[in-house]
Amino acid sequence: MSGATPTHALTNQVGQLARRSILRTLRQPAQIVPAVVFPLFLLAVNSGGLKDATNLPGFPTDSYLTFVLAVPFIQGALFSVMNTGTDLARDIETGFLNRLALTPLRGTALLSGLLAGAFVLGVVQAVAYLSVGLIAGAELAAGPAGAIVLLALSVSITVAFGTLGLFAALRFGSGEAVQGLFPVFFVFLFLSAMALPLNLLTTDWFHAIASVNPVTYLLQAIRSLLIEGWNLGDLALGFGIAAAVGAVGMLAASSALKTRLVRT
Amino acid sequence: MESSNGRSGGIEVEGLVREFKNGPRAVDGIDLRVGQGEIYGFLGPNGAGKSTTVLMLTTLLPPTAGSARVAGFDVVREGPQVRASIGAALQEAALDPLLTGREHMRLQTALHGLGKAERDERGTELLERVGLADAADRKVGGYSGGMKRRLDLALALAHRPRILFLDEPTTGLDIQSRTALWDEVARLAADDGVTVFLTTQYLEEADALANRVGIIDHGQIVAEGTPAELKAEIGRPTVEAIPREADDRERMAAVLSRFGEPAGSSPRAVAVLLQGGEAELAEVVRALDSEDIAIEHLQLHAPSLDDVFLAKTGRSLEGAGDEEGAESAEPEAVGAG
Repeated sequence: MSGATPTHALTNQVGQLARRSILRTLRQPAQIVPAVVFPLFLLAVNSGGLKDATNLPGFPTDSYLTFVLAVPFIQGALFSVMNTGTDLARDIETGFLNRLALTPLRGTALLSGLLAGAFVLGVVQAVAYLSVGLIAGAELAAGPAGAIVLLALSVSITVAFGTLGLFAALRFGSGEAVQGLFPVFFVFLFLSAMALPLNLLTTDWFHAIASVNPVTYLLQAIRSLLIEGWNLGDLALGFGIAAAVGAVGMLAASSALKTRLVRT
Repeated sequence: MESSNGRSGGIEVEGLVREFKNGPRAVDGIDLRVGQGEIYGFLGPNGAGKSTTVLMLTTLLPPTAGSARVAGFDVVREGPQVRASIGAALQEAALDPLLTGREHMRLQTALHGLGKAERDERGTELLERVGLADAADRKVGGYSGGMKRRLDLALALAHRPRILFLDEPTTGLDIQSRTALWDEVARLAADDGVTVFLTTQYLEEADALANRVGIIDHGQIVAEGTPAELKAEIGRPTVEAIPREADDRERMAAVLSRFGEPAGSSPRAVAVLLQGGEAELAEVVRALDSEDIAIEHLQLHAPSLDDVFLAKTGRSLEGAGDEEGAESAEPEAVGAG
């Protein structure tokens, strides 16, 4: 209706949907609290129960808390799959997506805007995990600048995983189906170098799976900042995997959106 | 019929068909025309094809065959132009319970490309118009059914559409909320020249609101016309009277027979089909009075749209709804994956 350029219109649409997504996230404590508290609870259990693992020859640090602090960042990102997916599935179930489809909204704007909530949740989670970890005695070898990179990496992973939630919602169209995927994603975490470094996983089949599991390298990227300082190779791999997951997720979600929104 | 840009403000449909995979032919070759500023009531039981028709006319579902032009634009080839010209409140009031009414208006006006200042102005204007100004900053999750429907209507009007689609807008509302919505819809058509395509399963809604009514059953339009025309097709009204004294029944029957043929009635009553229509009712009363026949009960039964539906399909509209619902539920979501 206005004379806005296509780019301006797209920016405006993304902005409006991002605003809605953020408001929705902030108004649902049930989305934020478990996504922050549950990973911290597991951090407390793991760091206490498995601290003797640091005695293994070749273990990269003498603080198991520092080693395992990487895990909540990935667990938190898994919550993002569920939260973004459930939100979009609800829009499909209630017909809100049809309402949006009747506006000049572009698919790209819809998907990008919906990820804004995942972005905010990612920031809240990362700040909480890092703060609690540091207060509890974990180290951050990369220093204050590393904290910022860690935040960026964590949010990238959370948003990337969020695209998988969008795809699942558009593919299945139901919140229950999206929530049913949560345990599947958790399996990826358990079959990674979550509790021990890759080189200390001596069971052949487990080592083989963890070696090809992208989650292992996301954990390594986070750990590199906590334990080593600046390992550009690990960081590049971590950011690269997040970008790849995000790209694949967005492509899959865009395709699923086209199938679901068959508007002419 | 044509607007300043040369495009019609109406709806033209020819041979529209929608088939679903392994499913019924939900819409089976319908033809219809709705003029600018007209309120067209699309009446039928659950599963008759009403919502599928609306989804096709609003571009949310491609037709299998046939053609439709909405506001002068082809629904298949010119989807974006159709969407820019129409507003729609679909079957469920699709609202976000976590957002306020004002936030909904802001989102809707922004997505339609209104400028920032105009957004706030238009949002406030519409919220006031539908009586939600006081509740504008409350989350929609706390709204009543009627408030949600009114907000839904306001959202559909956000970008000043020329054509409004309302899919069962009053289902589940109390009579007060229903009447308020009818008033607003009537005003939109009368004052703003908005064309309204209204689906309903309520006979009284179609009767009260629509200039013309199309009755759809099993995906086909079985009758179309003004409510008065449709009722006139069915036949004359019936007058039924019960005498105060049972002994007067024969005399009463003799008097009433002057006004038309006998019709079925309860044992104590006498009924006739009024040959001269409703206008003869006063004459009937005067005739009974002149014969000193005291009346205990007198009732005029005008043909209703339900009678029309019964005559055209052999079933009552209310019963048909349950039957259809069991047979074939209409798709509500788009392109189920």
